[in-house]
Amino acid sequence: MIVSIASGKGGTGKTSVAVNMALSIENIQLLDCDVEEPNDHLFLNPIVDQIEPIYSLVPKVDDELCDRCGECGRFCQYNALYVASDRVLVFPELCHSCGGCLLVCPRKAITEQRHKIGVLKRGSAKGLELVWGELEVGEPMAVPIIREVKKSIGIYENVILDSPPGTSCPVIETISGSDFCILVTEPTPFGLHDLKITVEVLKQMNVPFGVIVNRADIGDRKVHEFCGEKGIPILLEIPFSRRIAELYSIGVPFSEVMPEWKKRFHVVFYEVENLVK
Amino acid sequence: MIKQLTILSGKGGTGKTTITASFAALAEGVVVADCDVDAPDLHILLHPKPIRTVEFRGSKLAAIDQTKCARCGLCRDKCRFNAITGELKVNPFACEGCGVCALVCPTGSIVLQERISGHVYVSKTERGFMVHAMLAPGEANSGKLVALVRQNARVVAEREHASLILVDGAPGIGCPVIASITGADVGMIVTEPSISGIHDLKRALDLLAHFNILPLVCVNMYDINSENTERIMDYCRMMGVEVVGRIPFDPVVTEAMVNAEPVIEYSPSSDVAQQLGRIWKRVYEVVMEKG
Repeated sequence: MIVSIASGKGGTGKTSVAVNMALSIENIQLLDCDVEEPNDHLFLNPIVDQIEPIYSLVPKVDDELCDRCGECGRFCQYNALYVASDRVLVFPELCHSCGGCLLVCPRKAITEQRHKIGVLKRGSAKGLELVWGELEVGEPMAVPIIREVKKSIGIYENVILDSPPGTSCPVIETISGSDFCILVTEPTPFGLHDLKITVEVLKQMNVPFGVIVNRADIGDRKVHEFCGEKGIPILLEIPFSRRIAELYSIGVPFSEVMPEWKKRFHVVFYEVENLVK
Repeated sequence: MIKQLTILSGKGGTGKTTITASFAALAEGVVVADCDVDAPDLHILLHPKPIRTVEFRGSKLAAIDQTKCARCGLCRDKCRFNAITGELKVNPFACEGCGVCALVCPTGSIVLQERISGHVYVSKTERGFMVHAMLAPGEANSGKLVALVRQNARVVAEREHASLILVDGAPGIGCPVIASITGADVGMIVTEPSISGIHDLKRALDLLAHFNILPLVCVNMYDINSENTERIMDYCRMMGVEVVGRIPFDPVVTEAMVNAEPVIEYSPSSDVAQQLGRIWKRVYEVVMEKG
C-alpha cells in the first residue's frame, strides 16, 4: 500500500507523522518527497549507502549548424531558449526537458546535455529504508527530483511518501499513484483554509483521503466541524504537548520515547488499509 | 525607489504569515503581497476587499480532437511527462503544456488550450493595499503566478507612492520561492529552534546568497529549545548574518489567528507583540538604508 502524507499549510506535522508512522510498521519504505527541504533523515540518522546525482536534460545548440531561424525559441513554452542574432541562449533553470526544441529544429542543430539539479540519497535506519531527494539550491524545479525518488517504489510492501507543503505541481507529483492520502492539519483558521484547498485537489485526483489533526486542542473546532460535514474521516488526533515539540526540536521521533503512540500509528495505518479495501 | 522585503522560511509553519500580518499593521505606506499562492492565508488576518481581479492564464493544456484523431499513438510515445494515457486521453495533472504532442500529431488533431489557472486580486485593507492570488487547485506554474502578484504589487506601489512592498513568501526553496525573492532588497528568514528549522534555514540562506539578496534572520518560538536558538545565533554570527530578534512561544498567537487579527492588534501588550514591534523597527531601518 502506498500512503502519502500531505498538507496545504506548512509546518502542520507531515514529517512527524510520516516518520513516526513509518517506525510503527513492518516492511516499509519511507520516501521523502519534500526535496526542497527534506527533513525525514534528520529524525532517522540513516546510514547512507548511496548518493546519486540527478540530472535533467537541457538543449545544447550547435552554433555551426544553427542558422538562428528562431523555431526553437517560438516553440518553447517556458522561454528557456532565446534566439539572438549571433547565437541561441539556453536558460537551463527554465527548461522542462520536453524535448520539443530538438524535434522542431529544421537543421538538427540541437542535442541534449545533462544539467545537475539535485541528488538522490538512499539509506537505512531503525529497520526501514529511507530514500530522499535534495534539490540543488537555486534550481527551481522540484518535480523531476520527486520523479526520481518515486522510482524506488516497488521493493517493499508498504510505502510512505512525505509530501512537500502546498497544492501545486510538486504535491500532485508526490500524491499521484497513492492508494490513500493522509492530510495533516491543525485546528486553526490557517489550517482549515489550506485543508479545504487540499481536499479539492484530492477530489480532482480521485485519491481517497483522511485527516490527522495535529495540536488538536489548540485553536477552535472548525476543522472538526468541516470534516464532520464533509464525511472526511479523522484518523487520529495528536494533542499539543510541549514535550512532543521539544522532542521534535532535537530530532527525536516522539513515538520512540512515548511508545503508546507507536500503537496508535500502527492502528491508523491498518485502518487506512481497510478504507482502501 | 520602491523597496521590497520578502519574508521567507524554508521550513513551513515557522510563522511567516503571522509576522507579515503584524508588520503590515505596523507599517505605513506599504503594499502587501501574499506570494504563497498555493496556500495563501494572509487575507484571513488582513481582510482585504478586492477592487480588481486579474485572470491568470499560466499554463496550457493539450486537447485532442477525438473526431480527427487517427489513433496512431505518436503523441503518447513522444510525451515525456506520461500525460497521454493508453486510451489517448490527456491527463491534466501530468500535462505540462509543452506542445510536443501537437507538434508530432500527423493529423493536426491536438491543440494547446489556455486555461485559467488562478486569479490575482488587487485589494484594499484597512491599512492600505494588498495584492494576493489563488491558484486553482492542482494547477501548475505557481512561480508565474507569484511573478504576476509581484508585478501588480509594483504597479500599485508606484501609483500610491508607497515606499515598500512587503512580500509573504511560500515555504521551500523552489520555483515559487525564487519568484518571490526576485527583485527583493532584503529577505527575512523566519526560523524556529528545531533541527529541521536549522537545516532549512541554512538552505534558505544559501538561496539568498545565490541570488545576492541581503539576509536577515528572525527566530520564532525561540524558547522551545534555547540550546538550538544559541546554535542559530552562533551560525548566523559566523556567516555574518544579522539576527533581528527572537519571539517567544505564546498561545496568544493562535488566539489572535482564531480571532482573525494580527497578534500585534489582538494583544498589543503581549511579549510577542512587543518583540514584533522592535523587530519591525530594525527590519524597516535595514531595508530603507539598503542601496
